[in-house]
Amino acid sequence: MTEPTTPDTPLHLQKHLIDQASTLGDGFDPALSGLVDPTVDAGLELQARSQWSYARSRFLRHRLAMIGLVVLVIIFGAGIFANLIAPYSFEEIDLTNVLQAPTTTAHHFFGTDEIGRDYLSRVIYGIRTSLEVGVFVGFASTLIGVFVGSISGYYGGWIDNILMRITDLVLTLPALAILLTAAALLGQGSQWRVSIILALFYWTTLARIVRGVFLSLREKEYVEAAKAAGSGDLRIMFRHILPNTLGPIVVSASLTVGAAIILEAVLSFLGFGIKPPIPSLGSLIASGQQFPQKWWITVFPGLVLLSIVMAINFVGDGLRDALDPQQRRVRA
Amino acid sequence: MPEPLLSIRNLVVEFRTEDGIVHAVDDISYDVFPGETLGIVGESGSGKSVSTMSILGLIPQPPGRIASGTALFKGKDLIKMKKRELRRFRGDELAMVFQDPMTSLNPVLKVGYQLGEAIKTHYPKVPDDEVEKRVVELLRMVGVPNPDQRYNQYPHEFSGGMRQRAMIAMSIANSPSLLIADEPTTALDVTIQAQVLEVLKTVQAETEAATILITHDLGIVAELCDRVLVMYGGKIVEHGDVHTIFQNPRHPYTIGLMDSLPKLTEDEEWLRPIPGQPPSLINRPSGCAFHPRCFLAQGRVRCREEVPALRAADGGTDHGSACHFAEELIGRHSKFAEPVPAGGGS
Repeated sequence: MTEPTTPDTPLHLQKHLIDQASTLGDGFDPALSGLVDPTVDAGLELQARSQWSYARSRFLRHRLAMIGLVVLVIIFGAGIFANLIAPYSFEEIDLTNVLQAPTTTAHHFFGTDEIGRDYLSRVIYGIRTSLEVGVFVGFASTLIGVFVGSISGYYGGWIDNILMRITDLVLTLPALAILLTAAALLGQGSQWRVSIILALFYWTTLARIVRGVFLSLREKEYVEAAKAAGSGDLRIMFRHILPNTLGPIVVSASLTVGAAIILEAVLSFLGFGIKPPIPSLGSLIASGQQFPQKWWITVFPGLVLLSIVMAINFVGDGLRDALDPQQRRVRA
Repeated sequence: MPEPLLSIRNLVVEFRTEDGIVHAVDDISYDVFPGETLGIVGESGSGKSVSTMSILGLIPQPPGRIASGTALFKGKDLIKMKKRELRRFRGDELAMVFQDPMTSLNPVLKVGYQLGEAIKTHYPKVPDDEVEKRVVELLRMVGVPNPDQRYNQYPHEFSGGMRQRAMIAMSIANSPSLLIADEPTTALDVTIQAQVLEVLKTVQAETEAATILITHDLGIVAELCDRVLVMYGGKIVEHGDVHTIFQNPRHPYTIGLMDSLPKLTEDEEWLRPIPGQPPSLINRPSGCAFHPRCFLAQGRVRCREEVPALRAADGGTDHGSACHFAEELIGRHSKFAEPVPAGGGS
């Protein structure tokens, strides 16, 4: 090391300490590691880690979440690229192979259904439908929930009262009964109509979460400081407070995706969901009712649905642990 | 006499609570002149913060309420102003430094971004690279080392003193003409306090902003202020220039405050605290709010029954005291007075 010219500066002290450290640790070369940069006077070139990098590393260490993520990528990837991956179209009828059990001949790996459509293709297209529903509902309900929750929590008072009573009302309504009624009145429809109806039910939890966070954060001094700096309400709400609530929002949105996929499946299973011939996991499972002996009709879409929902919940758990370390529970 | 920058008259601020109405600020009037530093001292709950927060519209309403009064800032009444209009003043012409730098910066936003926000809020048309340049310049001005790198850091990467520097930088971002510093050093340890005060001084010299310094530390007042207001129980009990206040205090509360401080040049066994408790602002003592704790009152009926008015005292043109018996204090010097009896500081 070069001899420091100004022996009394803290810089000297630091270099000295680093010198010591380099004699202790093998292969630790301060000059190479970038710790000592003679051009920077402070000599403090430690790369600080952002909050996101901490969250990312916590998430990457979460084993279940990573497994879930891999499963999701595979299943949703198949759904997104359904037209490339599926061996057949979901409506292609092959009357010579009706109710064929899973076989490698003729490439019906999941078998065929009662009119000879390739079941693997139908399941893959079913994933796409479920994915569309789940993502749309997750997105739309998050938007509604964040909007209602942030206004409610930020303004408080009578605005909060009105919005929260509406939220309570929606929360107390038996979702399935209402959804069945709506579906019966409107008839079966496209996945988008089902999604909109679902989204109108799924924003309530998030609205309450966001409201709670806003209620506590609006009393923070940095909000007051932002006010004192002349920021308006909207700017404070969406620039200053909302980034602080991203953690719970992301977690809740991811879990909503799972819940929406299940509920869509329930609706379709009961025959009130998505109109055939578009396959959805729920209607595929339902079609198994007619053929109790043909196990593949129920088992394959069921397994896929189970994997999706479990994977989403694992990922949601992982996100919560990563983004909100204070609420972290001790895991077994 | 120059035109005052801020002129507060008969300000009354109340808070409605379950126990009754809290009279946080009760009929106070004062002026702030361009470029000067006005210290407001008093113990917790004396109304020193509320008296300034309220004119910026920063007290929660409800439960808070400005019952009456005017606050003329450059000829405009801040109290009658619409919220939107007041917002244009806040952070631009009128800026504030808060007490606790640890919580006054948003933990999820980069420091540079937050400082830039202060500019962008008021001057949205300034291009981003210019804002960044200005922010880096501000950080350098308040003595943050490596401002280029600090710009991209989060508040948790700043120490307490650095954060308060950043807060000061934020408050002067738009070259305010009035800076309100609400106990800017209370949350910092002593060595950092000195540095931050130094920064405040520099900033003041560079921006020529008038400053209201709210504190309970008389040492800071002596260090930085030109004039002083002493508040007790929501009222101004004494005002004057800083030399007068330290040399010839004419209110028993001010004297009590100084007696309760140690003097480093003398060997003192015991400090003399002011006996009793700060007054309840819901049921204030009758008459002079300070009379139950006052060494001058000695059970005199007038102290108990008559609210003393603020009237001229002997320490110069701007010296006033709200004590019925201020004259009895003439000739008495505070323990911080210079050994050679001087006839007033100014």
